[in-house]
Amino acid sequence: MKRGKNRWRLWRTVLGQGSREAQVIAPATEERVRSTEVPAPEIAPNDPILAYFQNVAGIVDVEKLELDSPALREMKSAGVKMAIPLVSQGELIGVLNLGPRMSQQEYSADDRKLLADLASQTAPAVRLAQLVRQQQAEAQERERIEQELRIARLIQQTLLPKVVPQLEGWSIAAHYQPAREVGGDFYDFMELEDGRLGIVVGDVTDKGVPAALVMATTRTILRSAAQRFDSPGEVLQRANDVLYPDIPPNMFVTCLYAILDPESGVLRYANAGHDLPYRRYEEGAQELRARGMPLGLMPGMAYEEKEVLLDHGDSVLFYSDGLVEAHNPEREMFGFPHLQALIGDHGANSEGTLVEFLLNELAKFTGEGWEQEDDITLVTLQRSEGVMSVDGPAVSSSEEAGGGENWRTLERLSVPSEPGNEREAMEKVAEVAKQAGLDPGRMEKLKTAVAEATMNAMEHGNKYRAEVPVVIEVLSSGKALSVRITDQGGSPVPKSEVPDLEAKLEGLQTPRGWGLFLIESMVDEMNVASDEKHHTVELVLYLKGEGDAS
Amino acid sequence: MPAKHLEASVRYPPGERAGAAVIELRGEIDGFSQEALDAAYAEAESRDPDIILLNFSEVDYINSTGIALIVGLLAKARASRRRLLACGLSDHYVEIFNITRLSDFMSLFPDEESALTKSAGA
Repeated sequence: MKRGKNRWRLWRTVLGQGSREAQVIAPATEERVRSTEVPAPEIAPNDPILAYFQNVAGIVDVEKLELDSPALREMKSAGVKMAIPLVSQGELIGVLNLGPRMSQQEYSADDRKLLADLASQTAPAVRLAQLVRQQQAEAQERERIEQELRIARLIQQTLLPKVVPQLEGWSIAAHYQPAREVGGDFYDFMELEDGRLGIVVGDVTDKGVPAALVMATTRTILRSAAQRFDSPGEVLQRANDVLYPDIPPNMFVTCLYAILDPESGVLRYANAGHDLPYRRYEEGAQELRARGMPLGLMPGMAYEEKEVLLDHGDSVLFYSDGLVEAHNPEREMFGFPHLQALIGDHGANSEGTLVEFLLNELAKFTGEGWEQEDDITLVTLQRSEGVMSVDGPAVSSSEEAGGGENWRTLERLSVPSEPGNEREAMEKVAEVAKQAGLDPGRMEKLKTAVAEATMNAMEHGNKYRAEVPVVIEVLSSGKALSVRITDQGGSPVPKSEVPDLEAKLEGLQTPRGWGLFLIESMVDEMNVASDEKHHTVELVLYLKGEGDAS
Repeated sequence: MPAKHLEASVRYPPGERAGAAVIELRGEIDGFSQEALDAAYAEAESRDPDIILLNFSEVDYINSTGIALIVGLLAKARASRRRLLACGLSDHYVEIFNITRLSDFMSLFPDEESALTKSAGA
């Protein structure tokens, strides 16, 4: 309660058995104890009588008092004879005003003493009552604010996605951490046609319920625009035009909208004044820039649209300013350069996810006992290193190999597509084959076949991209061993001519092109299968060679 | 990558086996071996021998790229009318030399001794 702004109001109560009339001046917010027919005179905060009452000791004869005070004049004309200021701990908290005695006699010395005693005892009680009222009012105000916060939080949490989308070959994570006074952060995922994914990260200026309501509106507008328009720039343009007429003055929304094609890894994005996302790739961290004004500020805005190809192992971080604007105890800001450096440091082999890593770094930066100033939102999108999340295409080995349902997986391993790694694959498979009881005489054949098929997978399927592994599964049917070697090229090794050594020696054929020929010569069966993403070669060797000379 | 892939050194056996150069191979013959193999072959050729013998007894791995390199050496040898021989191959690689028909164009011997003795008068 801000006392300086109060108007003081004169009010009257009856003391005793109606023998005296008394009036108390108290702050205007005080409830009247008894109604009165006399209009209560007001005392302006700058009226000199306030200073006088505060400093005078004892009873004031109003009629004798000479002061250039509008309130005094009003009191005199209202017939106030005596005023007894109520002062508690040096503070004027009220004034007891008395009119003439009903008997028309003057106030006696006893009366005056009684009144003075009464005033000195009443003042602390009135003060206490005032403080209790004040605290009740403050508690009500706090409750009202808490209630508003609960509503804002409820709106926000109801509208944020409950789960993150599951996309094959991608891992998507989201983290939302509201400040005590909920900011206007939001994020959203939208499933679009052709398996594409729309991603929104935004922030509404202002806090609490107004921000939550604008956030809810913006989310709805974006959802609707995203279904109608294919381009992120157009979606933001449409959202801005729809939002602009209805958004309250001085409010706006920063927002990043991106569309991911999970198949190709292409991310198209447009930005309405939001913090720039970062792409983490092999060489470090890169800002993804695109220009555009925040939503709701000006009508008819256009939004620049950009595109980036996310390679295997790349990730993108979308975030809100709550992260970069967090302060440490020295009042330094977390800042963009720090964030960019951290993202660059967080390699594919780092422990924990990027979100965990950044939250950990933020906690280190802010220290203990940090009161979060604003909402913190982190959304990450990571393209997998190429480890297949699904099995390769089904291959069908023959009845003779023991096929059907009898295959039992003995081992599943993967090697990065780097020259020379076929030897590692070969040795690992040989170890498993030995345990499975493959005839020692056939072991060398298996090793050559596995090495050649792995080389083909690394070279033709995975183009020797180290981050894309060749996945090898070793199975046994009890009668035969099956080694399924899968790459992520989705197309079989191009059929070369049957190698003809004479032609090669004459320079009519390349000296190379022995791989498939060798594989076919080494194994009892070779089966291949492809789907649009993978290519699998199955090598089958019977555990016991029949009439095998080697 | 492991540092060691292929080591190749050249020897010229004295006496009645003069006119032959022996390339001793140790390690693996694959895509990483071209430089070592070509250098050794060039060195072996520098004395203009009639016979060049590839000794595979210390070779534990040959892949299809390695086969292609050997085909390349064989083509060079044929162009300069030298005989290219091989010895010390394991049974498995003898089989591979057979199915690729490399053995039709280069005689295979169990060891260096037999290769140089039997080829001397040929």
